Amino acid sequence: MSTIDMAQTPLRQVNETLQAQALAGANAEYTLDNPRGAHAVAVGLNGPLSVRVNGSTGYYCGGMNKEATITVTGSAGPGVAENMMSGTVVIEGDASQYAGATGHGGLLVIKGNASSRCGISMKGIDIVVHGNIGHMSAFMAQKGNLVVLGDAGDALGDSLYEARLFVRGSVKSLGADCIEKEMRPEHLTLLADLLAKAGADAKPEEFRRYGSARKLYNFNIDHAGEY
Amino acid sequence: MDKTPPTMPRQSWTFSNEVNAEIRRAAATGIYDIRGGGAKRRVPHFDDLLFLGASVSRYPLEGYRETCGTKVTLGTRFAKKPIELDIPITIAGMSFGSLSGPAKEALGRGATLAGTSTTTGDGGMTEEERGHSEKLVYQYLPSRYGMNPDDLRRADAIEVVVGQGAKPGGGGMLLGQKITERVAGMRDLPVGIDQRSACRHPDWTGPDDLEIKILELREITGWEKPIYVKVGGSRPYYDTALAVKAGADVVVLDGMQGGTAATQDVFIEHVGQPTLACIRPAVQALQDLGMHREVQLIVSGGIRTGADVAKALALGADAVSIGTAALIALGDNDPKYEAEYNAMNTTAGAYDDWHEGRDPAGITTQDPDLMARLDPVEGGRRLRNYLSVLTLECQTLARACGHNHVHNLEPEDLCALTMEAAAMAQVPLAGTNWYPGKPGF
Ligand SMILES: Cc1cc2nc3c(=O)[nH]c(=O)nc-3n(C[C@H](O)[C@H](O)[C@H](O)COP(=O)(O)O)c2cc1C
Repeated sequence: MSTIDMAQTPLRQVNETLQAQALAGANAEYTLDNPRGAHAVAVGLNGPLSVRVNGSTGYYCGGMNKEATITVTGSAGPGVAENMMSGTVVIEGDASQYAGATGHGGLLVIKGNASSRCGISMKGIDIVVHGNIGHMSAFMAQKGNLVVLGDAGDALGDSLYEARLFVRGSVKSLGADCIEKEMRPEHLTLLADLLAKAGADAKPEEFRRYGSARKLYNFNIDHAGEY
Repeated sequence: MDKTPPTMPRQSWTFSNEVNAEIRRAAATGIYDIRGGGAKRRVPHFDDLLFLGASVSRYPLEGYRETCGTKVTLGTRFAKKPIELDIPITIAGMSFGSLSGPAKEALGRGATLAGTSTTTGDGGMTEEERGHSEKLVYQYLPSRYGMNPDDLRRADAIEVVVGQGAKPGGGGMLLGQKITERVAGMRDLPVGIDQRSACRHPDWTGPDDLEIKILELREITGWEKPIYVKVGGSRPYYDTALAVKAGADVVVLDGMQGGTAATQDVFIEHVGQPTLACIRPAVQALQDLGMHREVQLIVSGGIRTGADVAKALALGADAVSIGTAALIALGDNDPKYEAEYNAMNTTAGAYDDWHEGRDPAGITTQDPDLMARLDPVEGGRRLRNYLSVLTLECQTLARACGHNHVHNLEPEDLCALTMEAAAMAQVPLAGTNWYPGKPGF
């Protein structure tokens, strides 16, 4: 276990060290102290590495992560784990806007709440939020799963493609072309697995599933108002 | 009995046949017209400028004997590995999906032979273009289709696309006919849907966020790659200044004549400023910040000839970028396909339904039979030839003005044929020493 004090070390050096260690593939463990809301912390990691950030981060922590496991003990700023490819990012506090934006794979766990546009344009990532999510979450979400133990804000899943949304609490409103869908056995199995991976204490049966009505997939004059 | 002389049938200028045809089309379908290409209306352009040439006070350089440099270095501000181009002309970002695989390969081959770069587009990086492009710029777009850190690292530069001249403020469109299995797979979308991609980036808004986004991209790629910011020609002074403030190495400025793969006609024709009107304000912003030539400016939108290249450089650009002209060089809208264009109710030169994917030239299509018509090796050669002509023409004009590098062309080498062009380019109306807005008049 190595420790880097971000109060003493420039960001470039922090990322360079972590990126080299990830690439070495030795499954090393790193702790970052004093992140003090720094942006772009632990971005572009490309291999197995464990990073624990003691504190809160600014924008884009864990951006484009591949294989590494990153834990933030505080809260995360906008775009945490944006465009993640694989690996795991865990936020013990809250996450700001656009958490997991455009993520292609891996697992993002937010133990607190997530703000607006959580999972925007997601492309295969799994996101589990223990608390609530804000408005316009899963906007244009293409693939992957968004699981919310709390409530969802306005316009959930607007212009959704094939991502699956699971919400345990209330949904303030659904966005254009997003509808509630039947929860089938395969969804319950999937949900059980995601909840277990995210350390979430909830039962799959308590959730409702939302998905795309697919009415905006090809232009139709009768749906023009929805575009 | 005397007949009353008939009145001449008179067509309305306001309700022209073209306008009426569009009204009937709209009434029949209920959807706006979507098409490819750039603005078709006439706007003030480089044609409205002339070079003055040499005179007693300025002596010319000998063609073929005295050198006239054309090399450009892009990304000198922050990037550890700036891009060196042999010519001041680059190939603009055009998505795989809108273009066929062979077309992307031909662009890569042609650009590489000419010593310049090519650019990906909305839809990710393909092997065809990475494999055949010695220098490849990877676009970072709102849709983030296919975006991944590995491709980011194997790119030679990164271009954050904020806007496009054909549609400043508009997102992408790719209609179902072109969303084949391969295209859909690269974009993580279902096959055959009408794909609309976002007009805004999903995880940043405004110049302060952009600065942090650029920081992140640099941290992911070790501060090696030049980072370009591409803006449509809407508010060129402020957009350029803000891109510089956000940390761009290069600003790409695309005027309203700039092409698109598929956009609403109303957007193409009615939003944005002519390329000619965008250059001086952008250069002014760079000069005001002390960044002219430190942050490079690439201009695009309706570049066709070496004269256009030379005029853009004279107004202060470091390089230009071409889209439509490169496609024409490959065979787009060639009269040899006239019968096929006629069958689609159009004619060579006017064919713009690129979104339908039925391009007889095999360029804007995903149809295997049609794209097999485009030989990427031959296409690459044609593009190389065309790029050589643009460069030779540009050098010819620069030598005539007495310059030993195309970057030494300057506004003082130009005059304007019209008041509009004089105002936009801020060069004197021919025969005068005045342009509208010139201080002191
Ligand atoms: C077929 C086609 C596809 C395009 N795709 C993209 C794209 O994916 N991303 C982008 O930023 N610009 C795209 N553009 C715009 C070009 O990058 C460029 O700005 C424009 O073509 C320049 O103007 P010109 O066509 O008059 O040379 C596309 C243009 C064309 C013609």
